[in-house]
Formats: sequence, C-alpha cells, structure tokens
Amino acid sequence: MTQKTILNDSHRALGAKMVDFGGWDMPISYGSQIEEHHAVRRDAGMFDVSHMTVVDLAGARTREFLRHLLANSVDKLKVSGKALYSCMLDEQGGVVDDLIVYYLAEDFFRLVVNAATREKDLAWITRQAAAFGVKVAERPDYAMIAVQGPNARDKVLGLLSADTRAKAAKIGKFVATDAQGPDGMPLFVARTGYTGEDGFEIVVPQQHAVALWDRLKDVGVAPAGLGARDTLRLEAGMNLYGQDMDESATPWEANLGWTVALDEGRDFIGRAALERQKAGGDHRVMVGLVMDEKGVLRHGQRVVTARGDGEILSGSFSPTLGKSIAFARVPAGAGDALQVDIRGKLVPVRVVKYPFVRDGKACDGV
Amino acid sequence: MQEIPGDLKFMKSHEWARVEDKGTVTCGISDHAQGLLGDLVYVELPSVGDTVKAGNACAVVESVKAASDVYAPVSGEIVAVNDALPDKPETINEDAYGDGWLFVIKPDNLAEELEELLDPDAYGELIESEDH
Repeated sequence: MTQKTILNDSHRALGAKMVDFGGWDMPISYGSQIEEHHAVRRDAGMFDVSHMTVVDLAGARTREFLRHLLANSVDKLKVSGKALYSCMLDEQGGVVDDLIVYYLAEDFFRLVVNAATREKDLAWITRQAAAFGVKVAERPDYAMIAVQGPNARDKVLGLLSADTRAKAAKIGKFVATDAQGPDGMPLFVARTGYTGEDGFEIVVPQQHAVALWDRLKDVGVAPAGLGARDTLRLEAGMNLYGQDMDESATPWEANLGWTVALDEGRDFIGRAALERQKAGGDHRVMVGLVMDEKGVLRHGQRVVTARGDGEILSGSFSPTLGKSIAFARVPAGAGDALQVDIRGKLVPVRVVKYPFVRDGKACDGV
Repeated sequence: MQEIPGDLKFMKSHEWARVEDKGTVTCGISDHAQGLLGDLVYVELPSVGDTVKAGNACAVVESVKAASDVYAPVSGEIVAVNDALPDKPETINEDAYGDGWLFVIKPDNLAEELEELLDPDAYGELIESEDH
C-alpha cells in the first residue's frame, strides 16, 4: 500500500505531479523541475521529506552502541545538537544505509535514515541494539520539511519566536537546536541538507506540518519536488542510497571513505572487511563524470574503460551547468579517458573531481 | 493542458501526425506526452533522407527524468527536421503541437496507415483513461 505524508493534500492542491518513491506517494515536481532547481540555487525552496525515517535511540549505553553500529565515529560528537553523516555497514562492509546521527544527550541520540530502507534499517538497528540495552523508537509522529537555498535560513528564522530565533541563527553547519515556530509550534531545526546549499531541515510534529508549510510558502519559499532534489544533490556531489551504493558496495567503492573513521580500538560492524579491502588496494572506485556532448547520462549505462566495463550510477542533466553529469563505478586504474555507451553509441566523457556545483556556480575543472 | 487540435492523428505511444496540404506528414509528441516527461533537455532527430517505417523508433526525446523513443506514425522518407530543437528542446514543452514539431515525412502508404491512427477524440479518451 502506498503511504502518504501529512502534506499529501497540500502537494495535490498545488497541482504536483505525484510518483511512487520507496512506497510513498510523493511530489516529483509542481510544474517545472528545472525552475524548482534554480529556485533553490538562487533563493529558497522547500521539500517535504516526511517520508524519511526518524529513529530515536535511548539508553545509558547509546554512544557505545553507535560506536559499534556506525562506520563514522560518534566520538566526533562532543556538543549537544551536533550531527554527523555516517554509513551503517554489514559484516562484509556493504552499505546497509547512510544516515545522519544527532547527539542530543549522552543517553539520547536521534537518527534520520532513508525512507525506502525503513523496515530493513529498523530491523537491523533493533537487532544490534539489544546487546547494549538501547531502546529504538521510530517517530512516525514527526513530519520533516527541508528548506534550502541562499535565502532559506533567513526565511525560516523570520518565522521563529524571538528568543529561539537568536539561538537558531547562531548554529553552525551540521548542528541542530530546538526552536519555536509560528503559533508556538515546537521545532527541531538542523542546519543540514541534501542540495549543496545552506538551509535547515526541520523536524515538526505532524499536526503542525501543514501550517508550517503554508507559512513558509507565504514568505516566498518555493515548493520543490523530488525531481529537483535529485539534480541538486547530484550537482552537490552527494550519494543516493540504492543508486550510488547499497550492500554490494563498500564505502571505499562509493567515494565515502571520508566518512569512515578507522580510529584505534573501535570495533564497528564491517571494519575487518573494510581493512582487508583497503589493504588489497585494487577495489572499484566511484568517479564523477561530465559529458560535453549533447545527451543525458543515465543510471545503468555501460562505461567503457581500458580496464574493463563500469557503470553509470546516478546520472542526470545538470540544470546549473546545462549539460549532463554522473557518478560512475569503474575498475581500479581506469584512468580519465572513458566512454559511455548511449543507445549503442560510444560517447566520450571527462572524469572530474566533484562536487560539480558549489555556491550556485560550476566548480573548477567541471 | 493544451487543447488537442482537430486536424491531428495520434499513436497510442503519444506521437501526433498532421497531413499537410502538399501531402507530407508533420510529426511531434503530444502535449500530454511532454507533460509526462517534464522539462525536455535533449532531442535526437533523424536525418533528412532517412527512410522510416511506421511504428519504428526514429527520434529520441530526453527530459531531466527520462529518455523516450519517438516512433514514426507513418512510413516514408524524412524530408525535414526541426533544426531549432536541439538548441531549444524546451520548445516542445511550450508548444508541442506547433513550434515543437520534430520531423516531416513524405509518406509511402498514407491512406492505409492513417487508418491505424487515433482521431483526437479517441486519443483524448486514451489519455483520460491513463490518468485514472
């Protein structure tokens, strides 16, 4: 059965085109996804991300549990409100999911995991948590709205109560705080996102979500759909679970090595497999591609290299660059001279360092 | 949604065909199809002189979301293509039945193949039923 977020009627009233996304009926766009993309790059846009799963972890040994569960180190989280991006791996080093963990108190952490992996994640986390006596509680009572863009923070801050506004205005990137929204609604405001722009992701009790959405719209935040979200995150060089990585790839093979903390003596799930693969050194790698010719790189297309075939993971048209960009997984040592098989025609592509776009502009070399 | 012009014929796969006074057939994709695809960013057209067969793919339109083959509504020879489209594919979003035309075919077997196509009412019913 298709699930609906509390904002479903709001999307339909705006004339959104709805699609099934991981079992959820979600807006792909409200008209032009390219215009929505530009609205986020140039001003402020908002996404209903209520389909994402909020999981609260409670118990005296929660930090110890997360040291075991996550490939990144929660010991980097020293101040309440601080957030960390991490992978959760299986014993083979494959990625079960990627997530954000918030440190709220020594005995209370919050995870936000993907929608499409909800059941698998909850089962995995609950199973691992048992040995640590950590209580795992999904929070379906929360909705989530991501407000992103150069003017996003100012627009959100304008809706907060005077005292919490000052506090929320000061939080740094990857930090969250409690705040009070319109009509006293309690909000959890995090300076995180999935677009490469500044902004907030706001966790709001479901009963206030429609009012918050409407107030954001009133102050000129443009509703944006999953279509724009996908092109924004790809330009920003951010992975999409299920497309760029899953259990069949390790963080080394998904360009997520920067999220793995091999700190001494920490025995996290998948560590042994990761160390073995790293020592081997000949694993596949994920690279960024730009195509200067016309056409669009798409998921599943074959990438031809001197070391054998690879494949396009996320591929799309980049509205900011006006050409196609992609992530690809290729054999070790594949080099820079790659070609992509598009409907039987081999088209040259360039390997580039990504992100492709930062601060609304093309990055050097892209 | 743009109104469907009465002088068009349609394929179930959402191509339209207009028989011009001089007997050639102008082809494109329907307004409904451009709506389904979303913002178009790339068009691959056949070459003038190509021979096409009714029901076979002869062009590609790509939106941000997806690539879609375009089928020839009738058989014949390509006698013109819309050269303005590769640089401005969004023209199809803006005017699918006018400036967004894709190619013109000089038909081989028009009378017979025209019978296979849907009239505007039948096509209207088809997209209506797809929407529900």
